[in-house]
Amino acid sequence: MIEVSNLTKRYAGRTAVDDLSFTVARGEIVGLLGPNGAGKSTTMRILSSFMPATSGTVRVAGFDVFHAADEVRRRIGYMPENNPLYPEMRVREYLKFRARLKGLGWKKSRERVSTVMEQCGLTDVGRRIIGQLSKGYKQRVGLADALVHEPELIILDEPTIGLDPQQIRSVRQLIKSLAGKHTVLISTHILPEVEMMCSRVFIMLGGKILAADTPGNLQHRMAGGSQVIAEIAAPAADLNAIWDAMLEVEQFDVSPSEGEFFRCALTPRDGQDLRPLIFNLVRERGWALRELTRSRHTLEDIYVQVTRPNPEETE
Amino acid sequence: MRIFWVLLRRELSAFFFSVTGYVIIAAVTLLTDLSFVVLLQNLGTDPSPMPVTEMFYRTYYFWLIVLLVTPVITMRLFALEKASGTFETLMTTPVGDAQVVAAKFAAAVIFYMVAWLPLLACLFIVRHFTNQSALDAGTVGGMFLGILLTGGLFLSLGCFASSLTRSQMAAAMISFMLGVSLFSLGFLAAALPATAQPWQTQIISYFGLFEQMHDFARGVVDTRAVIFYVTATFVFLFLTLRVVESRRWK
Repeated sequence: MIEVSNLTKRYAGRTAVDDLSFTVARGEIVGLLGPNGAGKSTTMRILSSFMPATSGTVRVAGFDVFHAADEVRRRIGYMPENNPLYPEMRVREYLKFRARLKGLGWKKSRERVSTVMEQCGLTDVGRRIIGQLSKGYKQRVGLADALVHEPELIILDEPTIGLDPQQIRSVRQLIKSLAGKHTVLISTHILPEVEMMCSRVFIMLGGKILAADTPGNLQHRMAGGSQVIAEIAAPAADLNAIWDAMLEVEQFDVSPSEGEFFRCALTPRDGQDLRPLIFNLVRERGWALRELTRSRHTLEDIYVQVTRPNPEETE
Repeated sequence: MRIFWVLLRRELSAFFFSVTGYVIIAAVTLLTDLSFVVLLQNLGTDPSPMPVTEMFYRTYYFWLIVLLVTPVITMRLFALEKASGTFETLMTTPVGDAQVVAAKFAAAVIFYMVAWLPLLACLFIVRHFTNQSALDAGTVGGMFLGILLTGGLFLSLGCFASSLTRSQMAAAMISFMLGVSLFSLGFLAAALPATAQPWQTQIISYFGLFEQMHDFARGVVDTRAVIFYVTATFVFLFLTLRVVESRRWK
């Protein structure tokens, strides 16, 4: 659906997107994740043919975004950052206006506006003035606008920014429901959002993609460094000796916890699961065990690790 | 074409559903009515062979309205869309840049002409209380053609100014400055030294907006003036279009 190859965008002296290449298949929900200024919005603006690339090619549904801009625009529903709307218009009026602009006929636009208003939960506010709506409703108006002409590709730039948790949930639900029927590209700097909605994640920094995989795989890839925490009531010396002798344990740290318990943080060799071993050990020795967990790397750790500025570079 | 009408409707509704729109209409009405008071005073003192429209023009409120009001009408057109980001949503739909410029300009012209309608009422009042000969369809037509043409020129200039910036204030100031400069150009002819070549005087005289409008107000339609206004309007609209397109090659 999207083919980006060697995309570069330079603003006067600053490179916003740097030799970017990726593809997105039909029906995928892909998240662009990265800190502010990573080049997410620029990439999306180029994809929606709002502005041209400095070099490289971008194709949407087989059409070049620069040379066949009209064909691309017909197939894209784009919601820019901050979701700009005309505040003096009424919800239904605005959506109808947008539908007509996108080339829908009079009758068809009326039909589609009713459908998307229902889909986005806007039926009750159809006659309200957009400027007087709450932020959550405005966001839904923006989404409804992106959906109104049944585009193949939906591009949403920070769709949940500035919403309260309840609103975020409903917007996420809505986006999730688009999977399969539409291809969706979302940008965000909120991690759980990507974990919840996206089938694939691109982590962007400084105009480059640093990592691209499914949220699950990214976690898995980092799991080699995950730790096992065990709280055991036993003499500290015994514990130290045992962990030292255990081949599967690469690193360990024993620290006193409340009462006679000690907290052991164990790093396994080769990503092995230490938990059954520990359980057996505790049972043999007759010690008391009150906690046994594996701390998984969250996407957040991965994100922080990947986007951490390289000390050599910052010098 | 269908998209042009959709855009035009939206632009017009933006004018008529905003407070600014009515403030502009009120301001124009106030100024025309002030000029009407001056005009009535003049009529009351001594008899004059001039048509009423010309007398109105000679109160000089006309240029005050054109120069002050056109920047306020046009400042919003592109600057506001750029500032609020709706320019992005607008330009990522399959509409042509030319359609957008044309619709915005057409809406500004329609609004501007509506704001002038109170003048028509003033003229009818004069007609009602004086003899018929003071006012005929020709002079009123000439006057309104002149209003349309000068308005078109200054509005296209305002469109251009608005497309240059994302600040409405800056847009208004740029178009006011350009407008006053263009208007003053006509007075340059008088300031030319006697040694000036005839062709120099000739060229300057084409920019004599003040004199040209005077002819229109007398009911004299000079094709040279019409062609000048229309061409200049298109030049500024073309420049606007280039600025709007410029995001594609910047």
